[in-house]
Amino acid sequence: MTDNNSNPDEGGETRRDFIHIAAAGMAAVGGAAVLWPFIDQMNPAADTLALGTTDVELAQLSPGDEITVMFRSRPHFVRLRTETEVAAARDVNVASLPDRMARNANLEDSAPATDENRSAMSAAIAEGESIDAGLRAALLVTSANCTHLGCVPTVGAGDYDAWFCPCHGSHYDSSGRIRRGPAPENLPVPPMTFISATTLRLG
Amino acid sequence: MSGNSTYEPKTAFTRWLDTRLPIVRLASDSFIDFPTPRNLNYWYTFGGILTVCLMVQIITGIVLAMHYVPNIDYAFASVQRIDRDVNFGWLIRSIHAVGASMFFLAVYMHIFRGLYYGSYKAPREILWILGVVIYLLMMAAAFLGYVLPWGQMSFWGAMVITNLFGALPLVGEPVTQWLWGGFTVGNETLNRFFSLHYLIPFLIAGVVGLHVWALHVPGNNNPTGISVKTSADTLPFHPYYTVKDGFAIVVFLLIFAGFVFYAPDVLGHADNYIEANALVTPAMIVPEWYLLPFYAILRAVPDKLGGVILMFAAIGVLFVLPWLDTSKVRSMRYRPMARWFFGFFVVACLGLGWAGAELPDTKVPVLGAIGVDFLLLGRVLTLYYFAYFLVILPVLGFVEKPTARPASIEDAVLHGDKPAKAGSAGAAPVAQPAE
Ligand code: FES
Repeated sequence: MTDNNSNPDEGGETRRDFIHIAAAGMAAVGGAAVLWPFIDQMNPAADTLALGTTDVELAQLSPGDEITVMFRSRPHFVRLRTETEVAAARDVNVASLPDRMARNANLEDSAPATDENRSAMSAAIAEGESIDAGLRAALLVTSANCTHLGCVPTVGAGDYDAWFCPCHGSHYDSSGRIRRGPAPENLPVPPMTFISATTLRLG
Repeated sequence: MSGNSTYEPKTAFTRWLDTRLPIVRLASDSFIDFPTPRNLNYWYTFGGILTVCLMVQIITGIVLAMHYVPNIDYAFASVQRIDRDVNFGWLIRSIHAVGASMFFLAVYMHIFRGLYYGSYKAPREILWILGVVIYLLMMAAAFLGYVLPWGQMSFWGAMVITNLFGALPLVGEPVTQWLWGGFTVGNETLNRFFSLHYLIPFLIAGVVGLHVWALHVPGNNNPTGISVKTSADTLPFHPYYTVKDGFAIVVFLLIFAGFVFYAPDVLGHADNYIEANALVTPAMIVPEWYLLPFYAILRAVPDKLGGVILMFAAIGVLFVLPWLDTSKVRSMRYRPMARWFFGFFVVACLGLGWAGAELPDTKVPVLGAIGVDFLLLGRVLTLYYFAYFLVILPVLGFVEKPTARPASIEDAVLHGDKPAKAGSAGAAPVAQPAE
């Protein structure tokens, strides 16, 4: 009987080696294919992904007021700033900021962090509506989760008398820009549209 | 020590069993006749204590899961119900909550004991690494468990810790969303945390099995750090160490019971009795006491990613410790310089815990007068923490002159902890291979 699976004279690869490698390789691919559903099931489910929009009634705000609204299950600050706050925010040299990007979903990624780019001046306006320019400049909407580790900063506190995160001490200015502390980025501005003179839609 | 079993089955049934499933033999060899160094002190009782802790957590945890509801709308209320309405619920939840703290108390004693007596050195590297794995799993279990009551500290603790992964470049955001199952900490997160919290103790039990197995190959280290040479150096585990461990367990349980009955909440945070609120972060968020040193290390770095890396490195460095300590002498009893550095290390760990509990800008008492705040304290101690492992231990092995060691464990027990022959003065350290 000859063993046609191996050829001892050549001492090289045999058909059996090939079958071993092919089988093990196939098992690895199959294993990975089975593993993926078990990993992916932890990602946000379809109903979670079906993002909603949040409408904010602006008539309730007078200068200096702030409300916190939930948008995509995260809290967001909606602040109608006073003229002094806007002036202070505009009076900052963008080049001196820790994060020079606007972080505004309504603008392109490279937009600089000027107060104009941070405020609701960047919001879209529904067709046929006209929005008061003062309102657009004074209104600031940002995420309320500190860009460090996600705590909600306290309003009216910190070095800039705007937002201060109590968790690890991040100071934000009245434009929601990080000025001092461990947070790496400005508070992001969500996508938003004025759907009427007094209603802002997030999302 | 495998291979020299002394077990003799005495009855017909045990003889029958022994040829089919030698489980009685295994137990006898491991916990009855097991030859154990005769000089183990009370620092060596924490292994037994930790076994008790694990069992207590598993049993109380299984019971609590019968009453707990892992849903963001009911979780907080269900925990209150356990405390108020479920028969003896207050007791069982107290034991479970205090038990976590006691578990960490014991594990820290156990770890510091291992650091002092050089229990991580050859041939016990794997034993040590398995121990660090258990410690990591314990931290994961404790963190996940702390989230379940869904109080303010639960929620914001979960927020901060899961956001740590957001510091990773590129994959940060997908990874945090994968952990959350959504765009923030929510119901999905709570559900999976409950599932994993239930799983981890059984993983720990599995690794504990490996840990004990790895212990039983070289046998216990001991306060002299000298290896067992003859049977005169050892005693059978039972009754000598079962009784010693038993006594220590009783004392430990007394302290445990003291907390459970008289101060069940003293180790926790009052804010966790306020239901989770995604809109308001408590003015001061801190982790449980046993994680504070790592929290201080996280905050010591002014950069998000850097802080996260350093925090994980603080635990990671323990894995390679057996290869960082270059000294041939195991026990610090005979290492006059190392024991001082070790003492400072313990103080540094406690100090880091303190720094982690305070706001970074707060001035340190006394030192505050010269401008030292807790941020600076945390930075200095973080530096020492890493220097101890990465600089001091590697260098000491070359520069330190160990003191003379006894010839054997038996000798240390019978003639006090002095070098072999007090007469043969000059006392060059007994030349012993490190084994
Ligand atoms: S979460 Fe805001 S400073 Fe850390």
